[in-house]
Amino acid sequence: MNDTATRTAITINIVYLARLREAFASAGERLKIAQDTPPTVASVLKTLAARGGAFATELAPGRAVRVAVNHVLASSETPLRDGDEVALLPPVTGG
Amino acid sequence: MAVRVQLSDFDIAQEIAALRAGDARVGAIVTFIGAVRDLNDEARVSQMTLEHYPGMTEKALESIVAQAKERFDIYDALVIHRVGALRPTDQIVLVAVTSAHRGEAFDACRFVIDYLKTQAPFWKKEETPAGARWVDARASDDEAAARWKRDAAS
Repeated sequence: MNDTATRTAITINIVYLARLREAFASAGERLKIAQDTPPTVASVLKTLAARGGAFATELAPGRAVRVAVNHVLASSETPLRDGDEVALLPPVTGG
Repeated sequence: MAVRVQLSDFDIAQEIAALRAGDARVGAIVTFIGAVRDLNDEARVSQMTLEHYPGMTEKALESIVAQAKERFDIYDALVIHRVGALRPTDQIVLVAVTSAHRGEAFDACRFVIDYLKTQAPFWKKEETPAGARWVDARASDDEAAARWKRDAAS
């Protein structure tokens, strides 16, 4: 790993909730992202969707998945920092 | 102002008494209780499990109550939402609001439940004769929440 990669790589904690946890058969994971531009919510979704399978299906453009960063609803442009908790939320159905 | 997420049931009389706390300014108390129905989307529901996102849930509910207090002339508000296994007729959610007059209390109570339905991270999974299924979000809930945005703009 060169110096540039070390500086731009961050590790985030991803949380999968409700239907998505079942679809991915995972409650969450640590994901390391190394790229030239600062990572955003959109770049994480793109990285996950590129895995194919259930990730590609559930995170396809137009699917109603919302993202919370550190427990606050975020937009696709929200920038991410090392150690952030990034949760993927299916449409909510409480009340 | 208080929000609670809990497994156990709640007693509305006790909760209202605590919310009023002998405050003689209170002239109106409006409550909403949501309950589990035995029929949803044409399927018999025998049981449901309510899941949430600990950490975010409390924050989201507190934010909704804070918005209600900013927007309406109310004294206090309480939200209790249950999680875990629930059966038809069980209470799911309580919203209680105190105010001097009924108009603001009714509006604030409805605002809180409408926002909760679309903003708070809860998910229902139902047991039906055809198996377990995650409940789909309803467009009518989005429309109910959006109505408050239009009201604010007008």
